[in-house]
Amino acid sequence: MVSSRTAAIVLRQFYLMRGSAARVLPLFAWVAIDIILWGFMSRYLNSISAPRLNFVPSLLGAVLLWDFLGRVMFGVTTAFLEDVWSRNFLNFFASPMTVADYVAGLVLSSILTSFIGLVVMVLLASAIFGLSMFSYGLALVPFILVLFLFGIAMGIFATSIVLRLGPAAEWFIWPLPALISPFVSVFYPLSTLPQWMQWTARLLPPSYVFESLRATVNGQGPWWTGLALSVVLALLYIALAAITFARVFRLAVRTGLIARYSAETVS
Amino acid sequence: MPAHNRTVREVLAVEHLTKRYGETLAVDDISFHVAPNEIVGLLGPNGAGKTTTISMILGVLEPTKGQVAITGIDLAQNRKAALEKANFSAVYAPLPGNLTVFENLRVFGLLYGVQNLLSRIDELLGEFDLRRFRDTKCGLLSSGEQTRVSLAKAMLNKPQLLLLDEPTASLDPATARDVRVQIRRLVSSGKGGVLWTSHNMYEVEEVCDRVLLLSRGTILLEGDPRALPAKHGKQNLEELFVAVARERSGVEAI
Repeated sequence: MVSSRTAAIVLRQFYLMRGSAARVLPLFAWVAIDIILWGFMSRYLNSISAPRLNFVPSLLGAVLLWDFLGRVMFGVTTAFLEDVWSRNFLNFFASPMTVADYVAGLVLSSILTSFIGLVVMVLLASAIFGLSMFSYGLALVPFILVLFLFGIAMGIFATSIVLRLGPAAEWFIWPLPALISPFVSVFYPLSTLPQWMQWTARLLPPSYVFESLRATVNGQGPWWTGLALSVVLALLYIALAAITFARVFRLAVRTGLIARYSAETVS
Repeated sequence: MPAHNRTVREVLAVEHLTKRYGETLAVDDISFHVAPNEIVGLLGPNGAGKTTTISMILGVLEPTKGQVAITGIDLAQNRKAALEKANFSAVYAPLPGNLTVFENLRVFGLLYGVQNLLSRIDELLGEFDLRRFRDTKCGLLSSGEQTRVSLAKAMLNKPQLLLLDEPTASLDPATARDVRVQIRRLVSSGKGGVLWTSHNMYEVEEVCDRVLLLSRGTILLEGDPRALPAKHGKQNLEELFVAVARERSGVEAI
């Protein structure tokens, strides 16, 4: 059951999007460009490689899923940043809203916005490049689930960083997906990486998704054990991110940062 | 007696409230209360600790020591229930400028769990003369109009405790008078109490039933704003305020 306070956060986000092309366009414009770019790249690679190789499901599919994770994360952080940009913390947090209500509102907003991006990407990839998401079979469910859960965890963690360090710290969070992309092996098998990076990759749920995706495309079938582990890992990251946010919020209330957020630091 | 054990008749009970930032003591062991149908003025020079006190009452700043109870509900132990009974308006906390007046009131109405929200919003739009701005983004309004929206938001849940931090600072004299009348009416018609900060001593004399003069984080004086100046050998509240402010900088004793 969604509380009216959580609904308020989602409604606020809806009102902001309804009247703003600058907010609606990024939901699908950049990911659409990515799909076009990597779609043609996949086609080109198909044309120069052995006839039985098809890069569309492995390369374009991977890009699509990776972009979905990014959209989920940015769905959370953008909803949070709206309060930073409009200096709204005092009004919101002096209300009966709890931290859980607020975070739930950010997550719900992200579900709505990220699925718009996903639908656009799937439509483009299938209509122009013939990518069928059904080619991954049942494994598509855990693929989407794991990336969604980990995107939420990254989003909550990223908002904690901005809440702790102040408005200028938003520049730390935009490159976060790019920072972890080499480790999670979006475009190449895990075995390509040096050992230390492979160990790091095993701690990151998306690694299991992309490794499974390649295995499925190569006819070996999904890596179900790995996917199950990645669901558990992603849930663990959500719990850790929520704890981090709650602790940072408590610190912000103790030091007065919530009341004087634009000062960036009060303690 | 701990704040949460005090009688529920008090809409606000503040007990031994203290806030320390490192070596700086912003609020030093203050205690006061606001009764139903009472408007209490919290006065003091800049930096006296008024906003720090209000932030602690609103639950956005944790006290180093002390307790706050709103309608008998301990804020630290039951923040949500306590804040459901309160609301606030402050010049430094305008509503998001990228939402319209109606959108802001609807979002905040949901946050405060207001019943029959749409009719309550309509009522407030009328009361604060905001109907023509219903679909105007708050950022496009004049500062006086924004203050009225902020006051309408503060009234959404018919709060038992209303915190007003310089509510008329950016209003023209006529609108400021209307706002004072509205708040007076609200207080006399319901069970609510108001904690009001202002630097306009004439307004304070007109509106407040009781004032607390804060300096260096402590309450120096407390009493009826109309009787207090004479009691301390001053002509009026402004003179008394100036004396308190000078005492703060060591210029003159009260």
